[in-house]
Amino acid sequence: MKCDAEKVIYMDNNATTRIAPEVVDAMMPFLTECYGNPSSMHNFGGQVGGAVEGARQQVADLIGSDTSEITFTSCGTESDSTAILSALQAFPEKRHIVTSRVEHPAIKNLCENLGRLTGHKYKVTRLQVESDGTLDMARYEEALSDDTAIVSIMWANNETGVIFPVEKMATMAKERGILFHTDAVQAVGKIPMNLSELDIDFLSLSGHKLHAPKGVGVLYVKRGTPFVPYLAGGHQEEGRRGGTENVASIIGLGRACELAEEMMKEENNRVRAMRDRLEEGLLASVPKSMLNGHKIDRLPNTTNISFEFVEGEAILLHMNRYNICASSGSACTSGSLEPSHVLRAMGVPFTAAHGSIRFSLSIYNTDEEVDFVLEKMPPIIAELRELSPFWKAE
Amino acid sequence: MWEYTDKVQEHFLNPQNVGEIENPSGVGDVGSLACGDALKLTLKIDDDERIVDAKFKTFGCASAIASSSALTIMVKGMTVSEAEKVTNDDIADFLGGLPKEKMHCSVMGREALEAAIADYRGVILPMAEGEVVCECFGVTDLDVIRAIKESDLRSVEEITNFTKAGGGCGKCEDKLRDILQATTSDTTVKPVQVDGPKRMTTLQKIKKIEEVLEREIKPALKKDGGDIELVDVDGDFVMVSLRGACTSCAKSQTTLKEYVEKKLRELVLDTLIVEEAK
Repeated sequence: MKCDAEKVIYMDNNATTRIAPEVVDAMMPFLTECYGNPSSMHNFGGQVGGAVEGARQQVADLIGSDTSEITFTSCGTESDSTAILSALQAFPEKRHIVTSRVEHPAIKNLCENLGRLTGHKYKVTRLQVESDGTLDMARYEEALSDDTAIVSIMWANNETGVIFPVEKMATMAKERGILFHTDAVQAVGKIPMNLSELDIDFLSLSGHKLHAPKGVGVLYVKRGTPFVPYLAGGHQEEGRRGGTENVASIIGLGRACELAEEMMKEENNRVRAMRDRLEEGLLASVPKSMLNGHKIDRLPNTTNISFEFVEGEAILLHMNRYNICASSGSACTSGSLEPSHVLRAMGVPFTAAHGSIRFSLSIYNTDEEVDFVLEKMPPIIAELRELSPFWKAE
Repeated sequence: MWEYTDKVQEHFLNPQNVGEIENPSGVGDVGSLACGDALKLTLKIDDDERIVDAKFKTFGCASAIASSSALTIMVKGMTVSEAEKVTNDDIADFLGGLPKEKMHCSVMGREALEAAIADYRGVILPMAEGEVVCECFGVTDLDVIRAIKESDLRSVEEITNFTKAGGGCGKCEDKLRDILQATTSDTTVKPVQVDGPKRMTTLQKIKKIEEVLEREIKPALKKDGGDIELVDVDGDFVMVSLRGACTSCAKSQTTLKEYVEKKLRELVLDTLIVEEAK
């Protein structure tokens, strides 16, 4: 299969990222000759086990943790489920979960299913967000109770990029003896973090969001936090997660974490500058367009813009013609009847939610690409508005 | 990503006959912005009842735009009586097919055409004379029977894909099944009976929740000077806003969980979770 990646202007990095060439290089030996099982007694396997430990160190260095706190999983979703279910089993007498209305489906649907499967033994408080996508701390404080087993709040939102004050929220939870989990798949590698200084008990991250392959994730569990495994099985990962290690991907994730550390400055300077220029350019050149989400408390790479009176799927397919890749919160792109739950929770009107486009950049984007998108977008929107019976040109 | 044919892509990227005819002979206006798709069709018809021009404006996804473009090309040059015979399947076929979840886009095209012809003739839409089966989307029994016959539909789900009927509150599902049975009884095909609990769509939930709020819950709260309003439904989560005396009542949380949630679970769906919106 040929994908012509060099032709594509890829601004959909919150969906998935390009595997860094350095990561591919690091992985190759483990897809070819170094195929030993890390658990084996012989040196042929044992040396692979050593490489896995090296990757663990690289992950730990990026998030400021100890290697003993890193458990490799298959994806962000597995890490999320493991953390929540572990906390509920650790505190069987507690029946309350606090989360937000803008969580990723990995948390949203897990909480929903928990209610259903246990006959509503568990009560879930889902915090509202303001119209800019931020959380109200007073309301969060109110929601915490003696019955709360765990809080799960994403570090940064995948659709808007809005960053939540998880450091502070974790401390507030800890003061009340409540465990704190954060789904940080969008935040890791984009914003600096030092978990050894924070009160976060569980953190999920995913390889393919930071230029490692799909199918590998990490659950960070703070030392001393009660833990119950989700996947029972062999003694891999210190018994915390059964199943033979996805060695090549783990090695790739380790290398990707090392690269992310090196690129963090660039992400926050050059990528942010490109994002800002794209955003300001689009808002200025397209009438009736608006930004979704807080302008400041946001990931450096993400912008979510609504173009009123046009439909997101139609916009994306026009962009596709120019090989520009992005995402939309419109109903048609998901196959359901409703636009994105995140934009609805923020109170974005349907007329705007249907026409929302998320651009998410990476270090592989260039200024020329931003110029190209800035040149192509206004005519695409204008063309679709020409078709729209609701658009009245001023 | 949807699997669109080259023809759909072509008509989406280069739609034909975009715009509005001035002083049209007939106008068909269907759909709405909230639904996510809408189509306004204008026709110019000469003294020989021939469609000499057709133009459209559409808000919606690629298949809605392509269906509109296809429709205008197809009907141009037709007599009105020829155009009346155009079906949604004709539109879909012209485009080399549509994903099944998007068939309603072609139905929207046919509906707009019918509405425009009815407008030209100065008559009420024939379909509007039927009995409304699906109140959510205003679909009549005649619409449903026609879709079943034209597209050889075999299940309620297929009826929903084509007409949207049953895709709202779902109250008309039994009626749809009856219509399906009656319509197909003269053929050899037996409709498949679907048993067991069906997952409700959000629209269905909203409709039912509102009904229960109006009928049961609001009157009870009003006795104590309170009131309640539905704000949003997201999956199993029902966001409501308490009003009147409820807002200052210390027991409002108890009311919400012990009374409102219990009632909604009993009468709508036993997995619902009620939350306060503000």
